[in-house]
Amino acid sequence: MIITKQKNFADLLRCIDNKSVFLIGCNECATLCRTGGKEEIAALKEALGKHKIPVTGWVVLEPACHLMNDKQMLKKFDSELKRSEKVLVLACGNGVQTVAELLAEKDVIAGTDTLFLGEISRINEFDKRCMLCGECLVDAFGGFCPVSRCPKSMLNGPCGGSSGGKCEVNKEMECVWDTVYQALKKKGKLQVFTAIQKPKDWSKTLEQKRRV
Amino acid sequence: MSYRSHLEEVLADGRFVVTAEIGPPKGADVGKMRQKAEVVRGYADAFNVTDNQTAVVRLSSFAGCMVLLQMGIEPIMQMTCRDRNRIALQSDVLGASALGIRNILCLTGDHQSFGNHPGAKGVFDIDSIQLLQIIKDMRDRGVFQSGDPLIASRPIVFLGAAANPYADPFEIQVDRLRKKMNAGAEFIQTQSVYDIEKFTQWMDDVRSQGLDKNISILAGVTPLKSVKMAERMKFHVPGTDVPDQVYERMKAAADPPKEGYAIALETIRELKAVPGLRGIHITALFWEEIIPALVKDAGLTPTV
Repeated sequence: MIITKQKNFADLLRCIDNKSVFLIGCNECATLCRTGGKEEIAALKEALGKHKIPVTGWVVLEPACHLMNDKQMLKKFDSELKRSEKVLVLACGNGVQTVAELLAEKDVIAGTDTLFLGEISRINEFDKRCMLCGECLVDAFGGFCPVSRCPKSMLNGPCGGSSGGKCEVNKEMECVWDTVYQALKKKGKLQVFTAIQKPKDWSKTLEQKRRV
Repeated sequence: MSYRSHLEEVLADGRFVVTAEIGPPKGADVGKMRQKAEVVRGYADAFNVTDNQTAVVRLSSFAGCMVLLQMGIEPIMQMTCRDRNRIALQSDVLGASALGIRNILCLTGDHQSFGNHPGAKGVFDIDSIQLLQIIKDMRDRGVFQSGDPLIASRPIVFLGAAANPYADPFEIQVDRLRKKMNAGAEFIQTQSVYDIEKFTQWMDDVRSQGLDKNISILAGVTPLKSVKMAERMKFHVPGTDVPDQVYERMKAAADPPKEGYAIALETIRELKAVPGLRGIHITALFWEEIIPALVKDAGLTPTV
């Protein structure tokens, strides 16, 4: 799932700049993250009301990254959209862009920061699991990804800063190489610690093409 | 037999080798660096020039190595993977070799969050083991990482890497050392040793697998200059292990620099007795002027 975090309210107010606004949420990732579902839209609408910001309407797209669906759903809000000077989107960076493409004449505001592709570990707790590198290597590492989960993306074992299973960059964070080690030790498959892993082919990240 | 560097030659001679670190300046004037180098000249067989250590911007390792070369002092160029991708790193290897730098130490590098530009994007296109392999292939097979051949001369370099006997998980540290060796490392400089017992245990493992026969291991020594430094090394510097006993000694000392010096001297004496160890690597952070006395008092005799 795409993990997002709502921008702080003061920043949103600054972007809205006392203009009228239409709110857009997303029924998938942003709803599960509790950053852009119905409840969050309602809360934001209320908070903006307290600041005397006119909210002309709102919709939760299904999902915001679906261009064709968005087109149809937004059609129904034509008059509300016409009356608003700004559109605030509580969805991931993709959702914001899809909306911006459809509402080319509007000022579109990103209401969230998009963080990573991750798992919901517990309610409101999210863990980074993937950085969309274009060539999955996790099977070589016992099903764990050092490319996205090691701050140095090390492919040949932990750096010298791994201590007590924790990462040197943040003691709250597990060293993914320690996780890999513990998992592969149980399986008796520690070859990854002796075989040299070649440099990653970053051309697979699709930087040179954008459509699949 | 012709050697690629003086360091390689003295290691081949079987002498107990000394290397030491010189930190480049945080500015564009190399006058002070020259003075420092003049003070320590002759007290180590080769000198490491760090590559923006702890991710703090300083004069480049490449330029610092050139300053030493101009003074007739042998440099070890440190290269980290944090700030350059494989294109820039390979390019600098060619440049360094062409200008006479003969030793390269390959490191992954401290994470940028520790330095003075925490907002920087870390590169980490490759890791230290891949960097070793890439330079080895450029040197021995005449190919770049992509497989594209080098035209004309190949770089002539003696390759080193770091090892941390105190990192976790402890059980894989020897495998990691072998991996570095297989990737191309010919010498190793270890993390600073304060816990000699754990270091000896690591060396026992290294010897039991015969790795000491194929790679020259130099143990890191960092004299503690103050209680504050002991604290920093114990609690904040990633990957270092200052035992309570050493920390307590520093805290109880009437003259902490003197105590730190005495601890370093004792450590070197104990290290000299560790079978299979080929030398020491002194990192006297902001205390380079102590190196001549330390080397003399420890009875070490570099030949430069």
